[in-house]
Amino acid sequence: MSAAPKSEKERVGVYVCHCGTNIAGIVDVEDVALWAKKELGDDGVVISRDYKFMCSSLGQELIEHDIEIEGLTRVVVAACSPHLHEATFRGACDRAGLNPYLCEMVSIREQVSWVTTDKVKATAKAKAMVASGVERVIHNEPLDRMYVPVHPDTLVVGGGIAGIQATLEISNSGNKVYLVEREPSIGGHMAQFDKTFPTLDCAACILTPRMVDVGNQPNVELYTWSEVERVDGYVGNFTVTIRKKARYIVEADCTGCGICWEKCPKKVIDDVFEAGLGYRKAVYTPFAQAVPKYPVIDTETCIYFQNGKCRACEKFCPTDAIDFNQEDEFITVTVGNIILATGYDTFDARRIPQYGYGRLANVFTSIEFERMCNAAGPTDGEIVMRDGVTKPKSVGIVHCVGSRDNRYNSYCSVICCMSSLKFAHVVKERTDAEVYEFYIDMRTAYKDYDEFYQRVLEEGTHFIRGKVAEITDAARQPGEEGKLIIQAEDTLISRQRRIPVDMVILSTALEPRPDSKEVGHKFGISCSANGWFIEKHPKLDPVATMTEGIFIAGAVQGPKDIPTSVAQGAAAAARVLCHIGQEQIELEPVRASVNADKCSGCRICNDLCPFNAILFHEDLMVTEINQALCQGCGTCVAACPAGAITGSGFTNNQIMAQIEGMLMFSESNGMTRVAEPVAA
Amino acid sequence: MTEQFEPIIIGFTCNWCSYRAADLAGTARLKYPPNIRLIRMMCSGRMDPTFILKALSEGADGILLTGCHPGECHYLEQNYKALRRYLMLRRTLPQFGIEAKRVKLVWASAAEGVRLAREITTFVEEIRALGPLNWKDSRAYNNGYGVAEVEVSTEVPA
Repeated sequence: MSAAPKSEKERVGVYVCHCGTNIAGIVDVEDVALWAKKELGDDGVVISRDYKFMCSSLGQELIEHDIEIEGLTRVVVAACSPHLHEATFRGACDRAGLNPYLCEMVSIREQVSWVTTDKVKATAKAKAMVASGVERVIHNEPLDRMYVPVHPDTLVVGGGIAGIQATLEISNSGNKVYLVEREPSIGGHMAQFDKTFPTLDCAACILTPRMVDVGNQPNVELYTWSEVERVDGYVGNFTVTIRKKARYIVEADCTGCGICWEKCPKKVIDDVFEAGLGYRKAVYTPFAQAVPKYPVIDTETCIYFQNGKCRACEKFCPTDAIDFNQEDEFITVTVGNIILATGYDTFDARRIPQYGYGRLANVFTSIEFERMCNAAGPTDGEIVMRDGVTKPKSVGIVHCVGSRDNRYNSYCSVICCMSSLKFAHVVKERTDAEVYEFYIDMRTAYKDYDEFYQRVLEEGTHFIRGKVAEITDAARQPGEEGKLIIQAEDTLISRQRRIPVDMVILSTALEPRPDSKEVGHKFGISCSANGWFIEKHPKLDPVATMTEGIFIAGAVQGPKDIPTSVAQGAAAAARVLCHIGQEQIELEPVRASVNADKCSGCRICNDLCPFNAILFHEDLMVTEINQALCQGCGTCVAACPAGAITGSGFTNNQIMAQIEGMLMFSESNGMTRVAEPVAA
Repeated sequence: MTEQFEPIIIGFTCNWCSYRAADLAGTARLKYPPNIRLIRMMCSGRMDPTFILKALSEGADGILLTGCHPGECHYLEQNYKALRRYLMLRRTLPQFGIEAKRVKLVWASAAEGVRLAREITTFVEEIRALGPLNWKDSRAYNNGYGVAEVEVSTEVPA
């Protein structure tokens, strides 16, 4: 297989950008331009120019002028990465009446001038790359832009503060939102917290009105105790199957009066909302202000589901809303865009055995302490030790538990410094205890955060800079008996210290959800090595993903605090509303298509498509590719033994020609054409 | 002193990860040898083994394939298909008299500019140690028993 014969008719223009001195400082751009005209003239190069900034309006006008006056039929721009300015130069071609896909970019900045020190070699490499661009562009074909209509409904997955914000922004604009939450109520982690830093306003006071708004907003269809089962389709038109798990409560009849959980005789430890510190019944709502108000029956602990007896809730329910025969429901909805705001989990502190969590009673995690501080929590807001009555005389707070540690998570969990400071303040406020904070570095960036740190410093909390080595109950010195001893190196005075305390709080890391990989796979987006979802661009596109129509918001993208999560929820909503407002979205016309005449019906390609875009016509014995479902990866193109599949934008001819172009000039001979081997 | 052999390496990169890693290496001004020239594809799954044979037969001394890490493919799982083709090709190349080591697969995410630059540097040295391939010249001596035949033979018989 070799590249198709070159067309004699194409008139190619080559434009070499200086990018100020970014390229011109290393690559001899004038030489490249002159060389291209001379050496590639036979291949159709009729114009070759170098210019200070091709992306400037004057640079673009240069291209437009040459297309209009000189009749260029192909354009090659040797400049920065196509990810930066491909759209710019395609736009210039479009304005001058040339199909934008007949323009090709060659990255001589990111791939040559910025990574090479030797000027001669850099210039030679730039020439080889320009040649490959010219050879390729000759084989480019004009492509039509693809547009898909956008369904105005949106799916939001995750009902934490980020998902709530996104839902409200979109639904308040008059568009419909399906909000899916795995737990029985929306609210997420924020509903568990007592106070929020640095303002110390109560989390429930600012969160629950928003939860109620979601519940009351007629444009929101709320699916709690539900999960997304399946996602098909593409931007503008996703088909989503939601599994609505059986609550065993008839929502239409339930008034949320609470008699069922009052009468339920089965008390179980609440590992989820109360973090194991408190109890709930087998029929429950996670907390009093839950939205929706309907409880769920936990079949694993319900006496009726386990032994077939009891039915107390059914007996006492005043509206006969209990239905033990309810089954999971599957609901299919069509949406144009999806926002994932599935949040985070906290690090399991048992993984650091030397910190004693799970073994030493009075070692708590941050989420346990949040529940303890909460007036609606298991201790009614009393700060007490594990026995439930004794107030601690001294409290140690350990930062970075599972964060900034190569053995667990190398990243910083962002919120722990501030939440630890908040804990110190709360302990001081409600007890007489001495508070010791063990930190590696104090990270209090953002508005009013450092002021809060200063405030906690003034309140008399002791700060010890050093990583905690061990927390033990083995007393070695007088005064340590019956205490937990925190052993740490105080790096500011270069000494080992042993601080005896009554209670320890471990500020545990934020971690991705354990099923984040599967969720990513379901929605067609990818996770970083750590397991956080990857945004399209870390700075300029933080809520979009590489998959069009799928957006991310909040801690699912990486650890973040409440203000940032809210901002991201709103940002994702803005992006979705932008799609909805456009009514249709332009897609890259990079798609595979089958030439039915060449297709032998071998079906080799049929199993290769993860997007189910390939279908086989049994009657005609040929394969067809659904253009709307195809994402353009090209795997089927490479697999087709008959060469019947064409991948537009990346055809075999284009890539073969590109390879030839890269290798047709010899560097050792000063970039002159390599003689074709003579086959006898 | 004899002149050091400068291999020519063609790199096939995925639009979503390794091409962006190359962008990042550039933005971070990391330095790597200029012996490599990159071709962008939408996915490592687009990698047709004939592209590699074509590049080797046109004068390349080594081929670097790059794609998203397993489990991170933009197209869900197409990098696994690239891996299968790569492993198959590694077994096929010695039958043409080409060292399997001349073709290498590397995973590099969009965030791994440092890793990509390091892998390129290492690979250039590996190919430099192997010496030139000269497949293009040798096929001239073969009186036609060269690449044209080879390319045909890579196609699956109907």
